[in-house]
Amino acid sequence: MTPPDAPLLQISGLTKRFGGFTALDNVSVDIKPGERFGLIGPNGSGKTTLINCISGAFRTEARTVLFRGEDITQLPAHVRTRRGIARSFQIPRPFRSMTVVENLMVALDFAAAAGDFTSAAHRHETAMSILSGMGLASKADASATTLSQVELRKMELARAMATRPKLLISDEAMAGLSSSEVDEVLDLLMSLAEHDITVIMIEHIMQAVMRFSQRVMCLDAGKIIAIGAPNEVMANQRVQEAYLGT
Amino acid sequence: MKRRGIFFWIGAIVFLVAIALMTKLIGNEYPFFAGYVILQFIVLAVAWSILGGHAGYVNFGTSAFFGMGVYTAVFLFKVAGAPLLVQIAAAAAVGALMGFLLGLLTLRMQGIFFSIATIALTIVIETSITNWRYVGGAAGIQLLRPPVTWPFSGYVQMLFFVQAALVVLAVAISRYIQNSWIGRGLQALRDDELAAECTGVPTLRLKVLACVISGALMCAAGAPAAMYLQYADPSSAFNLNYSVSVLAMSLIGGTAHWAGPIVGAILLGSTQQLLTVTISSEINVLVLGVMLVLFVVAAPEGLIGLLRRIRRKEGKS
Ligand SMILES: Nc1ncnc2c1ncn2[C@@H]1O[C@H](COP(=O)(O)OP(=O)(O)OP(=O)(O)O)[C@@H](O)[C@H]1O
Ligand SMILES: [Mg+2]
Repeated sequence: MTPPDAPLLQISGLTKRFGGFTALDNVSVDIKPGERFGLIGPNGSGKTTLINCISGAFRTEARTVLFRGEDITQLPAHVRTRRGIARSFQIPRPFRSMTVVENLMVALDFAAAAGDFTSAAHRHETAMSILSGMGLASKADASATTLSQVELRKMELARAMATRPKLLISDEAMAGLSSSEVDEVLDLLMSLAEHDITVIMIEHIMQAVMRFSQRVMCLDAGKIIAIGAPNEVMANQRVQEAYLGT
Repeated sequence: MKRRGIFFWIGAIVFLVAIALMTKLIGNEYPFFAGYVILQFIVLAVAWSILGGHAGYVNFGTSAFFGMGVYTAVFLFKVAGAPLLVQIAAAAAVGALMGFLLGLLTLRMQGIFFSIATIALTIVIETSITNWRYVGGAAGIQLLRPPVTWPFSGYVQMLFFVQAALVVLAVAISRYIQNSWIGRGLQALRDDELAAECTGVPTLRLKVLACVISGALMCAAGAPAAMYLQYADPSSAFNLNYSVSVLAMSLIGGTAHWAGPIVGAILLGSTQQLLTVTISSEINVLVLGVMLVLFVVAAPEGLIGLLRRIRRKEGKS
């Protein structure tokens, strides 16, 4: 029905206000299937708010967010997840009373379950294979509370992957990591993109953004101030002002 | 997993057979009178834990559900002389409806606000019943038990058996929830509702489901109390003591495993019975308070949590 090169995600005229404060101001952008998309902007520019509007944590007006051609603005977050939108959180939100593999089992039980009648043992196997792909297999039975910062970030990505997403949104998965850890997580995200998963990556670390993104968008005070090829956006006058001017 | 299921059901059948034999062999009514109260508390604590333990929503309104169970039975008995099983089934339906409404409340209220709302609910319902003359109003109402039906020798024995059957039902449901995707979903939303939603868990639907099941069981547990006491009045049917005791039983037993609330209800229920008989019913409140404080400090995960910790330590050394 939808042509093959139709956008996976269409944001059109999206505005989000908190009381009198406008966090997102008339944002419109299309994300293509399989794209590696970088989202940058100074603190408080509205990046996380945009993710919350896409994933369903915040409600928005009808037809402002289309996914695979369908309006998803009226759907609760869990339905959006089942349709293929997964995210990680800027501040990790693991299920603390569970082990690492159980965290993934939640995703496999609920998000991937639609029409999937595999046995519990088979789902456990799937969870384990996702974990080993992330280099977390040895931590599978550890409590989520015992993980280090990098491991937590990886577990969030693993849990998001376990929902079998078409679109994965990573919200500063590299914040607070050492440079070798940044490379590790970046390689992970690159490898996901190779598996036909569209990735939106929010990041402050510029080298990571430059290496990862095919296209970059910069937000400032809720408005798009630049969008295009990474080096063009970085060279943009207003982007430089937004980052350096504050 | 499967083997354990078989053991569980064998245990349940043995339990019910033993209860049935007791009603045949023991002539004295008193053991049934006392035992009934403990069985009733097991049902209440297990039901409470479905919402309070798995989902982490602390319900202070146990007495609202219990009292509505009592008064559903009173109403049906007065209006149509409905038999006991009909009273219980109707009470379960009323409890399910109340649970449904309470579940919708979780959409807007979490944590302490939810708990306060459940107290408010209790007060509103108790006040309404107090002002309803047909079921006796504030003065209460006397009920005359109908003749007991075969195969039971006395009405109290029959109530005892029926409450034991409710125990099996409640425990089976709680155990099923714990071992199924429902339990995993509730545990996820207890840890973090937003993360659960974004992992595909239909949080509202699961919370409503937990409230409906918990509410139906609590109301059902209250229904036979009317015939048990042959009397009902709002201030005892909606006594806040039910809410506090049941909460304490669940926490002291531990909510991490379905057996926790059973252990807690037996332990605290029998202690309370003993104290009521030997000293006075006022001392119960004191003992309850002291035990709660002790457990919150020394074993915040209850007896079940304590047991697990000891086992883990032994496994390590
Ligand atoms: N739930 C909320 N209620 C009120 N204001 C909010 C809410 N969420 C975000 N904001 C405000 O909206 C603005 C954008 O916040 P947002 O978290 O989207 O920024 P960000 O680009 O992700 O910043 P950072 O780089 O620091 O993560 C901020 O001024 C923030 O205070
Ligand atoms: Mg942010």
